[in-house]
Amino acid sequence: MTKAESKALQAKEKAEVSSAAEQTRPGVVFTPDVDIFETEKEMTLLADMPGVKAEDLTIDLRENVLTLDGEVKAPEGSDEIELFREYRTGKYYRQFNLSEVIDQAKIEANLTDGVLRLQLPKIEAAKPRKITVKAS
Amino acid sequence: MLLIRRDRDSDWPFVNRSPFEELNRMRSEMDRLTEGISRGAFRGMGAGVFPLINLTENNEKYFLRAELPGIKSDEIEISVTGDSISISGERKIPTEDENAKYHRRERESGKFNRILNLPGQINTAKVEAKNVDGILTITLPKAEEAKLKKITIK
Repeated sequence: MTKAESKALQAKEKAEVSSAAEQTRPGVVFTPDVDIFETEKEMTLLADMPGVKAEDLTIDLRENVLTLDGEVKAPEGSDEIELFREYRTGKYYRQFNLSEVIDQAKIEANLTDGVLRLQLPKIEAAKPRKITVKAS
Repeated sequence: MLLIRRDRDSDWPFVNRSPFEELNRMRSEMDRLTEGISRGAFRGMGAGVFPLINLTENNEKYFLRAELPGIKSDEIEISVTGDSISISGERKIPTEDENAKYHRRERESGKFNRILNLPGQINTAKVEAKNVDGILTITLPKAEEAKLKKITIK
């Protein structure tokens, strides 16, 4: 791809989660925008989660289902009066089904400037092992 | 529709105004007409220009917030005049491994440039900005004359 002149960023509203499960806590939940790509060795996931601090982000991987759950605290001070609001704040939640088997022990997560970078190394293919049947 | 402003004669003629400022002025004028509905309420995309902005105030300051995930502080340019602010920059998404196969590509890169007219005059010398966890917060102290003054009845 040739490097064309950078286009202008378009404003867009955050997508609200339309989940089948009922939310048990109040507040809006958004779907973070993600990039997911794969190389031979690993899968990488990048997610835009502005306002989430490292300690408020939960990443869970079980039975090939990856869950991202980020809490966001309202940034406004108690004495502030709203003049106008173009975007809403709330938590982020999204689940992915991973087709590859991931080496759980080697997962690395990094949250910088509101962007999560998650490296999911694939498990090395199990080496063929010869089983000898002992005659009794 | 003819809109005539009489409250500030400095608005006419528009010799020193950029087209953006003029558009913003017209928009805020429209907002003023529907103020009862829009003030303080979520108004969706607003101007529809990136970045989307939330604006609040207290007695002393205005607080402007925008979500700019993955943008470093030195990639954002902010300039202020007496009653307007301009935020511009570029969001770059670096190219990853050339052999990478993409499953999802939702994050967008590109340039942005937004001018916003503030509801009152600010003290431009004391404007502060910080960029934490992908959220840009600009604190704009109000000019003395724009502050709400309490008058005690003697």
